[in-house]
Amino acid sequence: MLELISLISAWAIPVMITLIPLYAYYRKVPVYDSFVGGAKDGFGTAIAVIPHLVGMLVAISVFRASGALDFLMGLIAPLLERFGVPAEVLPLGLLRPLTGTGSLAYTTDLIRVHGPDSLIGMIASTIQGSTDTTLYVLTVYFGAVGIRNGRYALKVGLFSDVVGFIAAIIVCMLVFG
Amino acid sequence: MINGIWLGMILIGFVFAAVNGRMDEFTAAVFDGAKNGVTVSFGLISVLVFWMGMMRVAEDAGLMKLIAKALGPVVSFLFPDVPKGHPAIGYILSNMSANLLGLGNAATPMGIKAMQELQTLNPDKETATPAMCTLLALNTASITLIPATLIAVRLNYGSAEPAGIVGTTLAATAVATLAAIAADRFYRRLTLLRRPPKPPAVRTGSAGGGGPAVPHSSVKG
Repeated sequence: MLELISLISAWAIPVMITLIPLYAYYRKVPVYDSFVGGAKDGFGTAIAVIPHLVGMLVAISVFRASGALDFLMGLIAPLLERFGVPAEVLPLGLLRPLTGTGSLAYTTDLIRVHGPDSLIGMIASTIQGSTDTTLYVLTVYFGAVGIRNGRYALKVGLFSDVVGFIAAIIVCMLVFG
Repeated sequence: MINGIWLGMILIGFVFAAVNGRMDEFTAAVFDGAKNGVTVSFGLISVLVFWMGMMRVAEDAGLMKLIAKALGPVVSFLFPDVPKGHPAIGYILSNMSANLLGLGNAATPMGIKAMQELQTLNPDKETATPAMCTLLALNTASITLIPATLIAVRLNYGSAEPAGIVGTTLAATAVATLAAIAADRFYRRLTLLRRPPKPPAVRTGSAGGGGPAVPHSSVKG
């Protein structure tokens, strides 16, 4: 099953990139002109995201560097330790929604120190793999189309992060614990 | 909310930096973060340019409408206010499939393209529509079959079973996605019950004859 999924994953992009223009050509679309026409928008979209990403990443970076994040982790750690959850994975719950590279670096470090197949390594890998970086997704998607008022999207994203974090810990402790 | 969070992080950061004597780190972090933002955006240029070109080819060939028609019913219950067969549905489906297969750098351009399509249906260009919020909910939870990056990292550190996390990840990501959909539904209902936010330019003393008023008795639950 896993082999099949990996195979599909490896083939998906090459097949798509071959079949889409082929079908378009069959439908008498001037494929190259059409490609270039659409591709032009990509640059502007990426540039439009810059102010949003710079603003958000500066705030996150400052929040981490000042020690505020460490303080917050220190507050939560004893709470979850009471349930037998290894304290090492807790910072991930806070890092994951904020920064993708930051939490990946932290996960990699946990895997390096405790081993990939340890309970900590398993929990960390699962947390890292099971959700996306909420603040990044929000910033990029809304920034690209100029939405200022995101309504309840942030609340929903953060809520699902919390649920995903708890689910990852529970599932791993049941399976590997 | 985003304004408060942004200001809050900077303010709290300042206070902690002051207490911990980390002012130099604070300043370094500012420019580090800014540099990071630009680097990430520039990294997006190549994937966005390529995929937006490819997506245009697909759209010109009528593929997006075709996908939307064929698989639309699968997602239409999540996006009730997007017209059936609208290209946005095609992009949303491509975005979801790319996420599912762990094709992160294809998922983002498709998601952005879906956002742009949803934006064409948006009466107020600065405020997110419920459909946009649902799309974001799906992407922040990002249901994944193959956590490719993590498998690679685990392999790198000599794991006996690098793919051993596929099952647990699938379980956790499914729960997170269900939670996101449920929360999204909840807030969607809530905002439907409340009156829509007032546009900023409305004067209180203006003549009557605004839109059809919502009966207040039915608003409070």
